[in-house]
Amino acid sequence: MPVRVQHDDFDSAAETRSLGSSGPDGYPGAVVTFTGLVRDMAKGRHISAMTLEHYPGMTERELSRIYDEAMSRWPLSKAVIIHRVGRLMAGEQIVFVGCASPHRDAAFDAARFMMDFLKTDAPFWKAEESEGEVTWVDARESDTAARDRWKS
Amino acid sequence: MKLIYFAWMREHIGTGQEERPLPDGVTTVAGLITHLREQSPGHASALSNMEVVRVAINQEYCDLDAPVSDSDEVAFFPPVTGG
Repeated sequence: MPVRVQHDDFDSAAETRSLGSSGPDGYPGAVVTFTGLVRDMAKGRHISAMTLEHYPGMTERELSRIYDEAMSRWPLSKAVIIHRVGRLMAGEQIVFVGCASPHRDAAFDAARFMMDFLKTDAPFWKAEESEGEVTWVDARESDTAARDRWKS
Repeated sequence: MKLIYFAWMREHIGTGQEERPLPDGVTTVAGLITHLREQSPGHASALSNMEVVRVAINQEYCDLDAPVSDSDEVAFFPPVTGG
């Protein structure tokens, strides 16, 4: 499955190898991946853990839409989006995006495109835990600006 | 209709999901929000600032002037913060 929403951790090395494996058109030539991790600092506070809430059904639908758009916009042989949900400790992996293509520019651009749209369109919400307090993370305008670059 | 709330909106309202009949005279998302604000202080608080609320009907993003029907699943949530 190119789009997965799960609590369990993922193996980014295995995902990267899978993206680089031979397909109908042979080996891809370029693989670009991004792995997002739980930060341990936010706005000067120490973060011990965070909980990711999502909208089951719509989340998968939005991620599939982003995947389909990337596959149609760039010559990708494979792509994958994995996002974890539930409670995750600082330093744990949250998200993995990877693209394989004959050329590096397409793989770089498509990976960035998928992350930029995931940030603004996929229904996930983070609540951070810091010294016993739980705070919902605010959305950032810079994320919307990053997404809107792709619309021109 | 099925109403769903996420993140801090769920906490303000006190439930993540509720079933309500489509109110008389309500035809759009905007009308539904006006009606819901009158249901409890929690609803009023969660839906006070529509600048920061996004709405999806049957799991598709929509605008405030989108039509609603009694069979819809309408979700309200703050701007997303995944990734």
